[in-house]
Amino acid sequence: MANIVLAVAEQRKGDIRKITYEVISEAKRLAESLGGTCAAALLGSDMEGKAAALGAYGAETVYVADDARLADYTTDAYTAVLADIVKTVQPAVLLIGASVQGKDLSARLAARLGVGLAMDCTAFEIAGGALLATRPMYAGKVFGQFSLEGNTPMMASARPNVMPVNEPDGSKSAAVEKVAVNLDDSQLKTKLAEMVPDESGRPDLTEAEIIVSGGRGMKDGENFKILEALADVLGASVGASRSAVDAGWRAHKDQVGQTGKVVTPNLYIACGISGAIQHLAGMGSSKYIVAINKDADAPIFTKADYGIVGDLFEYVPILTEAFKKVKTE
Amino acid sequence: MDIIVCVKQVPDTETQIKINSDGTGIVTDDIKWVMNPYDEFGVEEALRLKEKFGGTVTVVSAGTKKVTETIRTALAMGADKGVMVADDAALNGDGYATAKVLAGVIKGLPCDLIFCGQRAVDDDCGVVGATLAELLGVPNVSLVTKLEFDDGGSSFTASRPVEGATLRIQGALPALITCQKGLNEPRYASLPGIMKAKKKPLDEKSLADIGVDASEAGSAGSKIKIVKMTPPPERKPGQIIQGETPEEKAATLVKLLHEEAKVV
Repeated sequence: MANIVLAVAEQRKGDIRKITYEVISEAKRLAESLGGTCAAALLGSDMEGKAAALGAYGAETVYVADDARLADYTTDAYTAVLADIVKTVQPAVLLIGASVQGKDLSARLAARLGVGLAMDCTAFEIAGGALLATRPMYAGKVFGQFSLEGNTPMMASARPNVMPVNEPDGSKSAAVEKVAVNLDDSQLKTKLAEMVPDESGRPDLTEAEIIVSGGRGMKDGENFKILEALADVLGASVGASRSAVDAGWRAHKDQVGQTGKVVTPNLYIACGISGAIQHLAGMGSSKYIVAINKDADAPIFTKADYGIVGDLFEYVPILTEAFKKVKTE
Repeated sequence: MDIIVCVKQVPDTETQIKINSDGTGIVTDDIKWVMNPYDEFGVEEALRLKEKFGGTVTVVSAGTKKVTETIRTALAMGADKGVMVADDAALNGDGYATAKVLAGVIKGLPCDLIFCGQRAVDDDCGVVGATLAELLGVPNVSLVTKLEFDDGGSSFTASRPVEGATLRIQGALPALITCQKGLNEPRYASLPGIMKAKKKPLDEKSLADIGVDASEAGSAGSKIKIVKMTPPPERKPGQIIQGETPEEKAATLVKLLHEEAKVV
């Protein structure tokens, strides 16, 4: 029996989400370490046409489960169908992206299969045929490496925006295998009534490549306008510290930090944020950090790659103009 | 409505975390222990539902004897009774082993609705809620920021933020909900509440009492095993941008981000 590493694809409204490519790429790397093959599972309605293209990222076979009841994600439908796929395919390793959906699905599926799960991991390796998964704990103050040995399959979810995506090879097309969907309506205990899109039109913080973020130094919710303007130029999303959210200036979903979102952008620009431990926990894995703060002693400067000691109200508009120039060159 | 709220005692988020000498856990001396912030939303939501529909709120926890403090906090907020498992064999369990213990307790209690925090701020796993729901055979809705019930209190619509949207999910009791920030503002325990809490029932159960074998709980029952804990990767030291004028500093920063960091 070949050692199969099965990557679970994520789609929304028929479009494959970027995290899918991250997970397939990582699954491919692990399959190579295991001396096995990489496969993918794609659940949805009328998704068969999108399956073969996943081969470009490393999947040799894509198992497609096609049913109207899989068009939108529900915990019950996806858990049941994936559990069936696992029974048929018998992968050694199962990888899911740790998106909101992926975290929900992986937890219920692992419990259904009676196996362990390493959640929201930032690195993987194979040692002695076992999956070792590294994951941040205590809000990133500690990294824990866990062994999934003894579990079949060995399951883990991968933090978004961390695993490098393979250069797609358009000449590689995956074999597509349709699987039977055995779902009884009585198994489906919850129903998606509505999906209400966010108004911001910006990427979710957990998936954004650039984030401009504001803290107590913003002084007022109105002032976030200047961060929005900077974000517009950079194609960025706008985050906030807990102070800004607790003050009612920004919504909970904009909060970056230990009790907010953990973000992994390429660039995080912190404006008027002092850098409390809990905030650093949320953005400390950003590739590059810029801090703008009047207080030269603000802890944020200990984490920042580039710091400007100064008044954000002076610097943000000037930076916005400067970035505009660079972007048009 | 008989509501169960699972609570976990965790280190306060201000805590400096130190890895222990064999690198497989943290040093637990000098830690300020608190109720997991996401569990507080569960306690609060349960109390509001009890105020609306009547019934009971029972708080359940597993840990060391210290969890008594966390349960008393929930009782002081208004919960009716607490049940704890302080069996050493139940300690240091992963999500599966912990859910096994909690399920053992809950199976013996009247239960229409269970609240869990969406994750605990120590291990940051977010696995217990869904696993517990699976073991109890009930549906779960995770990461809920709003929960609305029909007048009969048997079906609900839950709001759940996903990337770029909010989902509205319908379900019916019995169910398990994991709580996300924004669900409610937890109340502070009042002084009369704290006094009353001392007299409220707090049962202690052993693993034998709840029908869970020692091999299924704690580290023995864990399906993922810790290999080692390490400090986070060090960041390279940064630089404070110098310049005569703000325009100059801004230009330098943009140049560095464009040419050196290559992120813009």
